Amino acid sequence: MAQSQTEIQESSMASTDSSTEQSTSSSTTSMPLWKQDGALPFLKIENVTKKFDDFTAVDNVSLDIYENELFCLLGGSGSGKSTLLRMLAGFEEPTSGRILIDGVDMAGMEPWKRPVNMMFQSYALFPHLNVFENIAFGLKREGIKKAEVKQRVIEMLELVQLAHLAKRKPDQLSGGQRQRVALARSLIKRPKLLLLDEPLGALDKKLREETQFELMNIQEELGVTFVVVTHDQEEAMTLATRIGVMNNGIVVQTDEPRDVYEYPNSRFVAGFVGSVNMFEGRISSDNIDSVTVISKSAGCELYVNHGINCAPEQKVAVAIRPEKIKISRTKPNQLNNCVFGKIEDYAYMGSMSTYRVRLYTGMEVRVTQPNTDRTSAEKLTWEDEVYLSWGDDCSVVLTV
Amino acid sequence: MNMKALTLPNSILDTIGRYTVKSSFFANTNWGRLSVISVPTLWLAIFFFVPFIVVFKISLAESAISIPPYTSLFDWDAEEAFLSIKLSLANYLYLFEDTLYIEAYWSSIKIAAVSTFFTLIIAFPMAYLIARSPPEKRTLLLALVVLPFWTSFLLRVYAWIGFLKKNGVINDVLMGLGITDQPITMIQTDFAVYIGIIYTYLPFMILPLYTALEKMDVTLLEAAEDLGAKAYQSFYLITLPLAVPGIIAGCLLVFIPAVGEFVIPALLGASDTLMIGRVLWDEFFLNRDWPMASAVATVMLLVLVLPVMLITNRAESKEGAK
Repeated sequence: MAQSQTEIQESSMASTDSSTEQSTSSSTTSMPLWKQDGALPFLKIENVTKKFDDFTAVDNVSLDIYENELFCLLGGSGSGKSTLLRMLAGFEEPTSGRILIDGVDMAGMEPWKRPVNMMFQSYALFPHLNVFENIAFGLKREGIKKAEVKQRVIEMLELVQLAHLAKRKPDQLSGGQRQRVALARSLIKRPKLLLLDEPLGALDKKLREETQFELMNIQEELGVTFVVVTHDQEEAMTLATRIGVMNNGIVVQTDEPRDVYEYPNSRFVAGFVGSVNMFEGRISSDNIDSVTVISKSAGCELYVNHGINCAPEQKVAVAIRPEKIKISRTKPNQLNNCVFGKIEDYAYMGSMSTYRVRLYTGMEVRVTQPNTDRTSAEKLTWEDEVYLSWGDDCSVVLTV
Repeated sequence: MNMKALTLPNSILDTIGRYTVKSSFFANTNWGRLSVISVPTLWLAIFFFVPFIVVFKISLAESAISIPPYTSLFDWDAEEAFLSIKLSLANYLYLFEDTLYIEAYWSSIKIAAVSTFFTLIIAFPMAYLIARSPPEKRTLLLALVVLPFWTSFLLRVYAWIGFLKKNGVINDVLMGLGITDQPITMIQTDFAVYIGIIYTYLPFMILPLYTALEKMDVTLLEAAEDLGAKAYQSFYLITLPLAVPGIIAGCLLVFIPAVGEFVIPALLGASDTLMIGRVLWDEFFLNRDWPMASAVATVMLLVLVLPVMLITNRAESKEGAK
């Protein structure tokens, strides 16, 4: 199963032009490090487990993270993502397993000795020190000369555009400014690896979007490897070169953002990252490059144009994203992947409309449609009987 | 006529052109605020300010063999119908003439300062431990800190006599273990006074320190550690500066009553342990020199209150600058 999944991803990668890849940006090699054979990971997490009494927070996690990556650990609360981050920083020791940064085993190494810095979720700015002193704190501990400290702090203040606020205390700053100070403070020691715990969590939506791009620019400019913990899938999607989705202490899928979205490997990932409609059913025919699924809840045969590795008659789910479904009042000319129902509810959201359609099998399906012209939202309304259809390459078959 | 110029706040111009200006003391007074403030104000006025004025008045009188044992300041001569006011500064001048008083002040401040310092040293780790223990345990630990208050202060000081005296608990144990073969003299020394003051005032130091330390975000220490600070550096760069309000409050709460302490030096100290509280007592009850005792008390108040006001003022202006 896992093997075939990687095949799918690889074939999908081949079919799409890699230059459109948002994550690889302007790297010199066309192939990102994690796809190259024999590339050495910068951060290697080997079978790391962390137990608190009898509760297993992180369960046998192995991850390879490469230089200059912006890796997102995505998961809900209690998924173990923060514990994993704290183990990288050195605030927690793994119960078993190894963490290697740049080839050096971190076991037993105190946080202040590690080539790692962390940006805390609460920012943890020192309230009695001003912005300048907060940022200079790390440098002063290294015993660097005053003049150099000053110069480096000023450079960093300019990078995060806070030079005019150097004398302010943290409680005189806005949330966005505090976030930048925290970022500057964690970058000042030029760490090889920067850990960010929910870096944008405390900001409002608009500021968050701006800061996301700023964060990416800074990461690119300084060439630091970022590991970001977040529960916000949108944040993970925009920021990350790769996403590790965590659930119950296990990394359930590690992939590039698009692959996590388009090719989730489990019902959990499909449901956690974005919204999804899932048709439960059984395999009726299993070919090398296609699968047909009979689903009672859909009321028709579902045809998917990728092969999976499974037993005949196996229970599976066919997952389809709301925006990939076409909605119309006239019956489309296709036999498979076409269901019929009634609009129960719809919401006009400006750029798009969301429909909740009750199928005659009783299942509820969510559909989103872009409002491509002004009148498109008016065409369909409550109680309209509609056909929902999608192409063969739009859905994914999930076995777990 | 310019209507605007005539319009007063709270005024109403009706259709006939009459003005009604509304202004009422009762309406403009915030009664809730006044009633809240008046309670502590009255309390301070009745139990602090008025007694202080009385003491100050007595300090300007002269000692006399009468009841009460001092001369009155105001004399009303009914026949001649004139009022004579006699104010004597002699008591204050005498304070500086006789070195006993200055030595007593100095020795009180020294004993209070040293005990405050050691109280701080002992209280800090205790307060830190309580602030960092799990919340359900904190209540218990804090209760243990204030538990001694359930017994009388006097009894607790007497209990220390039982510990410190020649054939007391400590000497018995030391000799029983063979560490010393002769009892160590502890009672009626300055050492015993220090022990008494530190023991008695420890809770007053722990509580404000606890409040300051408990407010502190523990992730600050992690952040400091992450930025390369070793444990001791995190302590003096982060924990200590953030505990300063608690340290100031605790030190004031210990230092001020310790300066005027009477019971502890009287019971545990030597006869030559000079403290202003004892001098005050002696002047008042042994010499029956009320004016002198009042002068001693007034100067003590000034010596204590002025620095405290300076400290709190500075702390407040710092707070205000934020």
